[in-house]
Amino acid sequence: MTATLLSYDDVLAQFDPALGLEVHVELNTATKMFCGCPTVFGAEPNTQTCPTCLGLPGSMPVVNAKAVESAIRIGLALNCQIAEWCRFARKNYFYPDMPKNFQTSQYDEPIAFDGYTEVEVDGELYRVGIERAHMEEDTGKSTHIGTTGRIHGADYSLVDYNRAGIPLIEIVTKPVLGTGAKAPEVARAYVAQLRELLLGLGVSDVRMEQGSLRCDVNLSLAPKGADRLGIRTETKNVNSLRSVERATRYEMQRHAAVLAEGGKVLQETRHWHEDTGITTSGREKSDAEDYRYFPEPDLVPVAPSRDWVEQLRAELPEPPHEKRARLQAEWGFSDLEMRDTAGAGALGLVAETIAAGASPQTARKWWLGELARRANESEIDLGSLGVAPADVARVQSLVDEGTLNDKLARQVFDGLLDGEGTPDEIVAARGLAIVSDEGALSAAVDHAIAAHPDVADKIRDGKVAAAGALIGAVMKEMRGQADANRVRELILEKLG
Amino acid sequence: MPETSEHAGGPASDHPTISRDEVAHLADLARIDLSEAELDHLAPQLNVILESIASIQGVASADVPPTSHPLPLTNVYRDDVERPGLTAAEALSGAPEEEQQRFKVPRILGYDQ
Ligand SMILES: [Zn+2]
Repeated sequence: MTATLLSYDDVLAQFDPALGLEVHVELNTATKMFCGCPTVFGAEPNTQTCPTCLGLPGSMPVVNAKAVESAIRIGLALNCQIAEWCRFARKNYFYPDMPKNFQTSQYDEPIAFDGYTEVEVDGELYRVGIERAHMEEDTGKSTHIGTTGRIHGADYSLVDYNRAGIPLIEIVTKPVLGTGAKAPEVARAYVAQLRELLLGLGVSDVRMEQGSLRCDVNLSLAPKGADRLGIRTETKNVNSLRSVERATRYEMQRHAAVLAEGGKVLQETRHWHEDTGITTSGREKSDAEDYRYFPEPDLVPVAPSRDWVEQLRAELPEPPHEKRARLQAEWGFSDLEMRDTAGAGALGLVAETIAAGASPQTARKWWLGELARRANESEIDLGSLGVAPADVARVQSLVDEGTLNDKLARQVFDGLLDGEGTPDEIVAARGLAIVSDEGALSAAVDHAIAAHPDVADKIRDGKVAAAGALIGAVMKEMRGQADANRVRELILEKLG
Repeated sequence: MPETSEHAGGPASDHPTISRDEVAHLADLARIDLSEAELDHLAPQLNVILESIASIQGVASADVPPTSHPLPLTNVYRDDVERPGLTAAEALSGAPEEEQQRFKVPRILGYDQ
């Protein structure tokens, strides 16, 4: 089922992409959207339910005030209008992941609408319009039992309703045009920024790997210069930042191959496969899909007072974009340094390391150098590495005091990653401190000079640059535990 | 966006009827065990309800907005505070079948989420 792809350059020569992103965010409220059931991730199956979220007869939903507040704050942070009056609606469908046979959502009256956010890619700003952000509830979790483990060919399914009813906000962009070759990166940057924004608002855990932030990528291509949109596909399960970029690029190349041969793109949902990096065909989708929406009679309309909205607006945290500009100025980072730091998801870590006493440049150096390398090796996020910003600041202060050099500092990070304790404990236990015993150092320098008479002669002749070879030899004998500058001084004293 | 369907019952007719067989079928779908006597009793009652709805639909015209809520109430909320719910055993007590502490449901066709 491998699709034909057009080369990326050919895609761009012939077509303009239009992006659309639908992001579902699970709120981090203590209880569900319409009932008082807890929302703990990973609880034993069906231990967080009640008659309301199981849709039992006679039960009545009541809206969680905190969820409405979070929805409004998200809307405001995305520069949206907040509805003066809106209703919930029943989205009727007949799959067992909702025991009620409908999902309570909002239809044509979203709580927030008509906003925008600006994302930066390679120094250029792209404005992403927000069509709407509406409130709804999550569905239960199905496990398909059968030979394939997927829905097709399953013999039966098992359903856990712990997740059914957890508050969700669905954020839908307007079509994003004019991104050209940068479409995949703009898609990624938008989701990354949305993640940062939601984290700043404190309304969600935004853990993509746990499904508390889920992304669908809509994509269509139109012939270059055409004034209407092409037929779009909706790619589901795109649940990492990297995948958002890859899936967008893949669909661009797949659509282009179909269109270039005079074919027609099928309007359908596609499934993204993280392991193989491709999409496969899902359900055919028509715009006229009829969920028989109607206003939820059991929930009264939500009419947030303007006073409340204005109060929430006044309390919003600094927008990510402005925060980044402020930090860049405070830290004195170049554009490139800032972009790399943000791209590595290290802004918070660097900020905390600086707060713990490190200089901005040393904080950046460790996180984006040594620690990024180790995170890459283990294929995990920097934040999951298990090294605390305070530890990084302490390692740097040990370097500044002359107790450690960079090479020894790297060994302290080995110890931190192996859980050997605090930086000071590791230095003591591993015996890593720089030897300041001048006698031992002087002896090591004498050994090096004796072992490399030719190099020593060059230095005596004034070729100071040759000292590097002797410094290396001394550091080797001292097992790295020497201050290289002091070694250089000693060599030049002895041979000067 | 699909056109919302506020009148989910379809076009009104002057003589809506629901047969005894249809009531039996609905009861079966809803897992409600109805006796023969109850079917005899309920089918005519449901017909009365359908007739009442039909007469209301006859009055409604395009310039009358559909009523979703009879009372002018807004903003009824609860605090984000946990309330005791059901144990897994209680939750599953109404399930026709269960396995691994989960509701066991038949194979789902054409469902891809
Ligand atoms: Zn519940």
